[in-house]
Amino acid sequence: MSQDSNLKIRLEHVTRVEGHGNIVMDVKNGKILSVQWQVSEAPRFFEMMMVGRYYHELSHIASRICGICSIAHALASLKAVENALNVEISNQTMLLRKLAKNAENIQSHILHVGYLVAPDLFGVGSIFPLIKTHKDAVLQIIEIHRLSNELSDLICGRTTHPVTMIVGGFTKIPTEKELAEFKSRLYRAKDTIRNIADIVLSNIDKLPNFSRETEYIGLISKDEYALYDGVIGSTDTGEHKIEDYASITQEFVVPHSTAKHARHNRSSYMVGALARFNLNSSKLLPLGQEIADKFDLKAPCFNPFMNNVAQLVEIAHCIEDSIHIIDKLLDIDLKEEEKVEVEVKAGRGIGVVEAPRGLLIHDYTFDDNGKCVKANCVVPTNQNHENIQKDLEAFAPTLLDKSKEEIEHNLEMLVRAYDPCISCSTHYLKVHFV
Amino acid sequence: MMKPKVAFFDFASCEGCQLQVLNLEESIIELVEIVDVVSFREAMKEHSDDYDIAFVEGSIARPMDEERLKKIRSKAKILVALGACACTGGINALRNQYSIEMVKKGVYGDADIENNPYFDVFHTKAVDEVVEVDYYVYGCPVDKDELTKVITSLALEKRPEIPNYPVCVECKKEGNVCVFEEGKFCLGPVTRAGCGARCPSNNNACEGCRGLVDNPNINSELEVLQKYGLTLEDALERFKMFCYREMSK
Repeated sequence: MSQDSNLKIRLEHVTRVEGHGNIVMDVKNGKILSVQWQVSEAPRFFEMMMVGRYYHELSHIASRICGICSIAHALASLKAVENALNVEISNQTMLLRKLAKNAENIQSHILHVGYLVAPDLFGVGSIFPLIKTHKDAVLQIIEIHRLSNELSDLICGRTTHPVTMIVGGFTKIPTEKELAEFKSRLYRAKDTIRNIADIVLSNIDKLPNFSRETEYIGLISKDEYALYDGVIGSTDTGEHKIEDYASITQEFVVPHSTAKHARHNRSSYMVGALARFNLNSSKLLPLGQEIADKFDLKAPCFNPFMNNVAQLVEIAHCIEDSIHIIDKLLDIDLKEEEKVEVEVKAGRGIGVVEAPRGLLIHDYTFDDNGKCVKANCVVPTNQNHENIQKDLEAFAPTLLDKSKEEIEHNLEMLVRAYDPCISCSTHYLKVHFV
Repeated sequence: MMKPKVAFFDFASCEGCQLQVLNLEESIIELVEIVDVVSFREAMKEHSDDYDIAFVEGSIARPMDEERLKKIRSKAKILVALGACACTGGINALRNQYSIEMVKKGVYGDADIENNPYFDVFHTKAVDEVVEVDYYVYGCPVDKDELTKVITSLALEKRPEIPNYPVCVECKKEGNVCVFEEGKFCLGPVTRAGCGARCPSNNNACEGCRGLVDNPNINSELEVLQKYGLTLEDALERFKMFCYREMSK
């Protein structure tokens, strides 16, 4: 594009992301007048669907917010209910939930890196042509995808929208034999993820080298790389209590627009795999660290494209962590537990987990009969919208010497790097600047 | 034989049903041997308006979605509703019990969303409330084995077989102990089968996500639910989660 060119980009429905979003950019006389990340997904009003429902139904409604991270929504929901009704869970339930969380994290990340991002690394439009040209690589991606889905199936009774997880426990648990078999598959997967990382590494030059310093927010824990539990951590402001979430994830409406989005200490922040890596990398298990070292990924990393690599690191970490969890489960003499008796009462509860795409919070208020009277869900992609916008504003000016197609491709890759889950986020963002 | 051209589209949904296509794992490789996937935004950059079979996920929430769906219908020889939201409105229809003003206020508070087409929602509709649907693949989410059978049948120009008997039939075949005996409130007796009694097999109650069989005996189901301790109101509420449309008729 020459210095005095005009250019209009209207990328309607960005592909290979979950949900509907548009990138709109206007350039006049070589200057960017506006660049916008818009979300056009139909609003679904989940919080209203939860109002009037009993506490024990909420996790099954919540999981339907997202097909990819249904386990995270179910877990945040269960934790909120248990918090409100003072329900304690057993060590066995905790371990099984962490295993389910790992399974989902692996599934969601390999779906993103392997099916949605890999085509960019090979210069094709989807995974389908790669079946012919790079069959071995595709089969290794599918091996990890299948493994994670079958682990979700084993623990949750279904890959998408968990069946067995209920308030206080599980309706059905796997046998020791099934878990032991999975352990050997997870061992084999360690080499598979190393191979996949090598394939990504050999094409890493296809990902743009772009950095913009921002704030990273996610769960942190003294004991482990926080995914299931922890307190809220910020790379800017340190540790915060869960109860203070509303002051961390400050939702706001941009003037002349209708969007709920979030900021905290700066104009925007990022959540997700890269945020977790930046906050928790010292707690990575050896296999996760090994993958990070391959890419020379070190905290803090301010390149949003490295979110793809942080996802690979987390897949490796979660594979190794799942082996440890299965060892613990086999040690504690796994058994069907008595259903937890719940004492219904009025009150409020908050549940947090790290969904694959970042910090997820469910906050419910109940009446005396255990019916939900108020629900609030803060989802990861909402929190990322403003950071995506700010990145676009910084990234777009660096692209103006490229062709229109290349500019579009790069902008789309930036949005894709965030792995946005737009069905989760029903908001519309519009920021004007000159 | 020419491979049929297949396209996937989604409206208000969690995209979990399209995800089941990717969850076919290695079978995807066989699938693309029998059909040409020409549009699948969730997984592909390429898009073509030239397709024979359109799979549509999600329920219809706004005039702009209705327009898009009508265009899809006009191009497709066969249109398949994919999953509970598309087939019956699914869980999305739960909000239909409230007024539009109430749901907008409840989620977006005082934000100014009037005159914005993105927020111009009506009571959510199943796909067949907007256009004609040729086949239905039920479930939340759809069962991937059933989905494979449907795609294979359509590729062979055969009529896909969708069960019209209740989940209880499959549950008995699995040899499960009836979950009613454990005090759980199951909708299996009136819910369309095809899932292999997934929830009762996992010791949980059927939630009716596949919708009702044709001519269900709802009154007898309501009686059973009440016999096991639910009030009539709560029994009706149980149906609402996935069968709001049927219950409000």
